[in-house]
Amino acid sequence: MLAAVRCILRRDLLLAARRRSDVFTVVLFFIIVASLFPLGVGPDPALLRMIAPGVIWVAALLASMLALHRVFAADHADGTLEQMLLGATPLGVTVAAKVAAHWLASGLPLVLIAPLLALQFDLDQKSLGTLVVSLALGTPVLSLIGAIGAALTLGLRGGGALLSLLVLPLYVPVLIIGAGAAEAAGSGLGGEAQLLLLAAFLVAAGAFAPWATAVALRISVE
Amino acid sequence: MSLLTDGAALEATALRCTRGERTLFSDLSFTLRGGDLLRIAGANGSGKTSLLRIACGLLEANGGAVRWRGEDVRRLREDYSRELVYLGHAPAVKDDLTARENLEIACALGGIAAARVDVRGALASLGLAGCEELPARVLSQGQRRRVTLARLVLARAIPLWMLDEPFTALDPAATDRVRALIAEHVARGGSVLYTTHHEVPIAAGRASRIDLGGGRP
Repeated sequence: MLAAVRCILRRDLLLAARRRSDVFTVVLFFIIVASLFPLGVGPDPALLRMIAPGVIWVAALLASMLALHRVFAADHADGTLEQMLLGATPLGVTVAAKVAAHWLASGLPLVLIAPLLALQFDLDQKSLGTLVVSLALGTPVLSLIGAIGAALTLGLRGGGALLSLLVLPLYVPVLIIGAGAAEAAGSGLGGEAQLLLLAAFLVAAGAFAPWATAVALRISVE
Repeated sequence: MSLLTDGAALEATALRCTRGERTLFSDLSFTLRGGDLLRIAGANGSGKTSLLRIACGLLEANGGAVRWRGEDVRRLREDYSRELVYLGHAPAVKDDLTARENLEIACALGGIAAARVDVRGALASLGLAGCEELPARVLSQGQRRRVTLARLVLARAIPLWMLDEPFTALDPAATDRVRALIAEHVARGGSVLYTTHHEVPIAAGRASRIDLGGGRP
């Protein structure tokens, strides 16, 4: 089973490495969306500092949304998904490996680039650290929840728009708590409580989402 | 030598499949034991692929059941698919990966332990020597098909093979090779369930045939 997990992780990262443009699109989208806000609302440092965590979180959420439809679409189109459904490994485990690879290729770059974006907003050291940690804990949750939606909308016409409508409302708690963490840290309250909540979300999503996704995939492939 | 000495059998009882308003087949039963070769024949749209997908557990039948070793395959899940190779319509070959990588990954997913030398040997035996390190993007339709079929060379120990149109896009030499692979597998005591439009005689084991008829009314 471990060999299969390793194989899927390696395969999906190899595919991402050979299609680097997909990764760059997501990162560039993130950078552009987050940069539009300082241009739009004006250069008032106090205001920018206030909206920074929310803006960066919303931008990260939209960027991860952009990559979401790719989790299963290509494998569905070329028949690999059928082979995964008929694989020797339980489907939930296969899905978990795929989501992990997806996050490494599309979520982790967002976490790493976020500190640079935060500079535009003049975010202080303390909130910056909390923001990065909240993104590191929160974006995998987005990938895990999003995978359920991606599996449900697989092969549907206009699946992309439907996927957004389906998944974005589910992202709301993660957004509120994630952005709240950095705000709390900035105001001196400390964001530990929110970060712990996010970690709890991650554990819960990691335990249940792959199995829900597996069920959704079986339905979609029928 | 027989792989299926324990008498494992695939039993389909009273299968019914409907697509929309149309009944593709109903009350279809068959049993597949070690050494059986079963060909599903029929016109386009007669439900050959649906039957194969029902047999491997991807699709739920509208009636009836498929049992492997006496248990419903939809309940067995990976315990069943570990003993099954299913090669569907879609080649399951990734454009951005090389032929070797594609085959290695397909084997890992299917739980077939294969060393790199074996993988190269399997590709070579289907006439892909020299193409191992080429990305699948540059391979022809028939060559991609061969990459998929090369898995059969490595899947000797897996009792049940289900092949959907295995001879499509293959040249005569590759067709002969695949035919030999199927015949060897049946002689070994494995079972093969396949669909084809091509009249490819395979002389091996107990060959039988299900005719799904003319398809669309």
